[in-house]
Amino acid sequence: MDIDLDPIESIAVPIYHHYHATSAKAITPFLHAIKRGELMGHLSSATGKVLFPPLGACPESGEATHEPVILKDSGTVIGFTTVHLPIPGSKLVPPFTVANILLDGADQTCSHLISECELGDVVIGMRVQAVWRPKDQWDYSLENIEYFKPTGEALVDVDELKQHCLERAKLRVKNRVKGNSTEVHHA
Amino acid sequence: MREVGIIAYAQSPQIRQERALNEVEMLMPMLKVALVESGLTMDDIDFVCSGSCDYIAGGAFSFVGAVDALGATPCKMESHVEMDAAWALYESWLKIQSGEIKTALIYGFGKSSVGSLPDIMSQQLDPYYMAPLWPDSISLAALQANTLLQTGRYNEEDFAAVVVDSRRKAKANDNAQLFGDVSIEQLLAEPYIASPLRRHDCCPITDGVSVMIIAEKSVATKQCERPAFIRGIDHRMEVHQLGLRQLAESTSTTLALEKVKEQSGIGSGGVDIAEIYAPFSPQTLILKDALGLTDTVNINPSGGALAGHIMMTAGLDRMGMAYRAISEGQANRALCHATSGPCLQHNMVSVLEGI
Repeated sequence: MDIDLDPIESIAVPIYHHYHATSAKAITPFLHAIKRGELMGHLSSATGKVLFPPLGACPESGEATHEPVILKDSGTVIGFTTVHLPIPGSKLVPPFTVANILLDGADQTCSHLISECELGDVVIGMRVQAVWRPKDQWDYSLENIEYFKPTGEALVDVDELKQHCLERAKLRVKNRVKGNSTEVHHA
Repeated sequence: MREVGIIAYAQSPQIRQERALNEVEMLMPMLKVALVESGLTMDDIDFVCSGSCDYIAGGAFSFVGAVDALGATPCKMESHVEMDAAWALYESWLKIQSGEIKTALIYGFGKSSVGSLPDIMSQQLDPYYMAPLWPDSISLAALQANTLLQTGRYNEEDFAAVVVDSRRKAKANDNAQLFGDVSIEQLLAEPYIASPLRRHDCCPITDGVSVMIIAEKSVATKQCERPAFIRGIDHRMEVHQLGLRQLAESTSTTLALEKVKEQSGIGSGGVDIAEIYAPFSPQTLILKDALGLTDTVNINPSGGALAGHIMMTAGLDRMGMAYRAISEGQANRALCHATSGPCLQHNMVSVLEGI
């Protein structure tokens, strides 16, 4: 009787698909920039906010973004978590800390690793600085930054930082209306 | 039933390969075109629904990324179907029927050029018996075409005649990828790719996006001079296993048509044009029979899916093309069809009418 058969708990059905994708219009300049060691965001002309990493669309306005802004490689920890479980397929050995970092001059956080400190020392508002891999290893990848490390500067009040960002964005829109140039900005 | 009208439609050119832009970048300008046509802004849109499939371009969560193009901060009421965008329209239509919303924006996108679409389509088959054998969508359509030949209703010349008709009509469609004058003799001289199908019997690999806006009657008549009202809409699905189906028939299409007749009082004899989503030429003939269409009806004046086939919007595009014909006064009533799944497994029928 079928009912007496051992249950089959797994069968292997491997699936492979091959794609020939190209990077998008907005992402291509970002990838070239990171290869040079530059962090390129996009200024949203509708909101005055600098989006990093840039996706080519401003999620608040739905407008296309293309105006490049080169950002510094320092920032502030806005949120973080310490991962204790291994992630399948990941090169990272737990425990490690992943943070949402607001780069100086940006209005949107990006995620990266925090290292060169004790796990318990990471706090919201901590100032951090990128640690780059050796230049000869740079590729079209955010992995050119190995991790961010604490700078030792005083903690930042995140609410005040948010307020500052909002005011700065308004000012950018205002300045733009006056007819500022649209060349590459350095935040 | 609340009356719902299509009030705007925008489709990107149906090109063979878009190398520079991703789906979001292709979508943004078309959203603008549709909104301008509707006279509405994103703030006026109550609900957004999209149809796409991440397997096609191989980008995980590309359907979520597309939401950026909507200006979705703060949040919009939004939904997605892993189906042709015609089903996103159906979900939106139901939401209007419920009285919850008055306007909906529907979009779909497909960038098939980056992968091997016929192989990717085998992933929709059942995971134990069919998918591990990797039957690609062209081979399955060929199996269906051979079944049709066996019935003696049609021959390979009839398949070629469908292609000749599509290419000729597509000359008037600015967004068509394949168009022109070809003869049955020329086509039949081409080699098979999976007998009895030749390359031209298959829809072309296409990159593109489409956007549509629908609205409840009070908004539709205010915003649009000549909306295309959805008088009836229904969809029916057949079983998953191909061996259990009558492949030379489309029973689900016929059943959906009967429901649409009950809703609208309009049958296939009462329409001026029909836009049928048949990705393979023999399917046009199967569907023509299933819908009871005669030669008095102009079938696929846009050229249909054989002239351009944005995977995941080609069904919505049929309604879009019918809306165009109605809004421009070339037709008053249109029968529309959309399909999903292998060998016409799942079929949607609708009837559109001008005022």
